[in-house]
Amino acid sequence: MAAVPPRVTPRARTVLALCVLGVLCGSDYARTQAAPRRIISLIPATTEMLFDMGVSDRIVGVGTFDRFPAEVSRFPRVGGLLDPNVERILSLKPDLVIVYDTQTDLIAQLGRAGLQMFRYRHQGLPDIVQTMRALGTRIGVSKEAEAAAGRIEARLADVRRRVEGRARPRTLLIFGREPGSLRRIEASGGYGFLHDLLELAGGNDVLSDLRRQSVEMSTEMVLARAPEVIIELQYGDSPRRQQIDSELRVWDALPSVPAVRSKQVHLLVGDEFVVPGPRIVQAAERFARVLHPGAFK
Amino acid sequence: MPGRPDVRRRLAVSLAAFGTLTLLAILLAPLVGSTPIRLARVFDRSIPFADNVDAQIFFVARLPRVLAAALVGAALALAGVVFQALLRNPLASPDTLGVSAGAALGAVLAITFNADFTLLGVTAVPLASFAGSIGALIIVYGLSAARRRGTSTLVLLLAGVTLTALLSAISAFVRYLADFTETLRTVRWLMGSLDVGAFTPIAVAAVPMGIAITGFAMLPRILDLISMGAESAAARGVDVTRAERVALVSASLATGSAVALAGPIGFVGIVVPHLVRLLVGADHRVVLPASALFGASFLIGCDLVARIVFAPTEVPVGVVTALIGGPFFLWLLFRHA
Repeated sequence: MAAVPPRVTPRARTVLALCVLGVLCGSDYARTQAAPRRIISLIPATTEMLFDMGVSDRIVGVGTFDRFPAEVSRFPRVGGLLDPNVERILSLKPDLVIVYDTQTDLIAQLGRAGLQMFRYRHQGLPDIVQTMRALGTRIGVSKEAEAAAGRIEARLADVRRRVEGRARPRTLLIFGREPGSLRRIEASGGYGFLHDLLELAGGNDVLSDLRRQSVEMSTEMVLARAPEVIIELQYGDSPRRQQIDSELRVWDALPSVPAVRSKQVHLLVGDEFVVPGPRIVQAAERFARVLHPGAFK
Repeated sequence: MPGRPDVRRRLAVSLAAFGTLTLLAILLAPLVGSTPIRLARVFDRSIPFADNVDAQIFFVARLPRVLAAALVGAALALAGVVFQALLRNPLASPDTLGVSAGAALGAVLAITFNADFTLLGVTAVPLASFAGSIGALIIVYGLSAARRRGTSTLVLLLAGVTLTALLSAISAFVRYLADFTETLRTVRWLMGSLDVGAFTPIAVAAVPMGIAITGFAMLPRILDLISMGAESAAARGVDVTRAERVALVSASLATGSAVALAGPIGFVGIVVPHLVRLLVGADHRVVLPASALFGASFLIGCDLVARIVFAPTEVPVGVVTALIGGPFFLWLLFRHA
C-alpha cells in the first residue's frame, strides 16, 4: 500500500482547533480560578481576616502597619497604603495581592505585571463580614470564611441583645486630640464602622447628623453637643495610669458637659478600634461595657 | 523737621481707624458662633459657672480664640513688615527665613514621637514648636553674623530659603516615618487652628511677643532708612548691623510664638503689610502700629468666617485668610495700578 499522507478533513481541523482552544481556555480558567497559595495582604484588616479564616499559611507578605496577630512579624513587609513597594511585591511572586481600592497607581502597576488582585475598601460595619465572605470565596475557602463571618455576626448580635431596651446615652467618640489639651479634637462622625459599632453597642452618636467619617471638633461644638458619655480611643503602647488620669483631667475645663460632670469620660486603649477586621467584636464589647456596664453583670 | 506734623496726623487717623476696627472685632466676634448664646445668661452670676453652658461657650470656647487670633494676627503682620523692610523684598514674609519651618519641624517631632509633657500650662506640641523656631533663629542669626564680611541681603534671603527647604525636608522625612494617626494629626496641625481653649497658652505666648514688640518699637525710623539701602542708612549714622539684629530677632520671636500658639497660618504676614502700606503710605512709624491692629482684626474676622460658614463644622482658618485676603489684595493692587 502506497503511503498516503493522512488527510486532515475540515471537520477534524475544527475539532482540533476547538480542542486547542479548550485546553488554552481550560488552563487559563484553571490559572485564574485556582485557589491562591501565595497571598500578599497590604491592609491590616484583611490580614486579620486571613488569620481568622485559618489560611495564614498562604500569606507571603504583609503591609507596614500590620501588628496583629503577633505572628505577622515573621512575614516580609511590603510597604503601606501610601508607599507600597512594588519591587518587593513582585519579588515575592504572589498569586494574589489584596490591595486597598484607592491604591490606583499600585493597581495599575500590578495589573501590567499580570498579577491577580483582590480590591478592598472598608466603609460601614456590614461591609466587614461581606468582605470576609467575598475574600473567602476568592481564595477558595468559602466554608471557613462563612464560619468566621458567622462567629462575628453572632458575637455582635450578642452585644446588641445585651444593650437592647436600655437608655442610649448621647455619646461622643474621639479618636485623636493634642495630648494635654482640648485642641484639634478628631471625632467620629455619623458614618463608618466606628459610628456603626458605637450605635450597635447602645450609644447615641452626638455627631450622627454629620455624614463624615471624621469631624474636627471645636471646644464650642463639644459644649453645644453636650454628650453624656465621651469615649476617647488611643492606639499604640499602653499609657501609664497617671498619664490616663492627667488626660482625663483635661476635660475639667468644660464642666458643663454632662459627661464631664458625671465622670463619664473614658479612655480606651487598643488598636482593635482602628482595624475594621474580625476584632471589631472586641471593640463593640468594650464600647458596650463602658456605655452599659449593667448589661455585663 | 519737614513732614513731621503730616506723619503725626496720619498716625493719629490710622490708629483711630484701625484701633476702632480691632476693638469692635474683639468685642463682637465672641458674640457670634455656631451656637446661639444669650449674653444675659453669659454674665448671670446666679448660675454657677460649672452649669452655665452659655458662659462656658463665651469664656472657654470663644474669647480665648478671639484673643489668640488678635495676638497671632498682630505678631504675623508685624513680622511681615519688618522682614520685608529688612530684606528689602516685597515677597518676604514671616516664613521666609526658616523660622516657621523650624517651628513646624518642632511640632512634627513632638507629634510623631508622642511627646506628652506640660510646662507652665503649655503642652508639648506648642513648646516643641517654639523651641524649633528658636533653633532656626540661632542658625539664621549665625548666618547674618557671617554677613558682616560684605555679604548682601540677597545672600541672607537665599540662605533663609535654603534653610526653609532643609528644615521642611527633615519634617517631611519625620512625617514619612510616622504612623497613620500621627500623620493625620500633623496634617491638621499644619492647617493652623486658633481654638486654644484656655487663656494660659495665650498668656505664655504673649511674653516672647511682648519682647518682640519692644524690639519693634525701637525700629520705625531705622527701618525707613534701611529699606532705602544699608549704605545710605549707615551714611546717616545708623548702626545698621545692630538694627538689623534687633529686627531679625524681634521678627523671628514674634513669628515663632505665633506659629507655636496657632500653627502656621499663611497669608496674614505677607499681605497685611502690603494692604496697610497701600492704605497709609510707607512710613514705618505708621505702618508698624497700623499693621499690628489690622493684622489682629483681619485674623479675628477670618476666624469668625471659618467658625460659622460651614457651622457646626469649621474650615481651617488658613484657608479663609487666603480665600478672603487674596481677591481683596488683588483688587487693591489693580485699583491703584
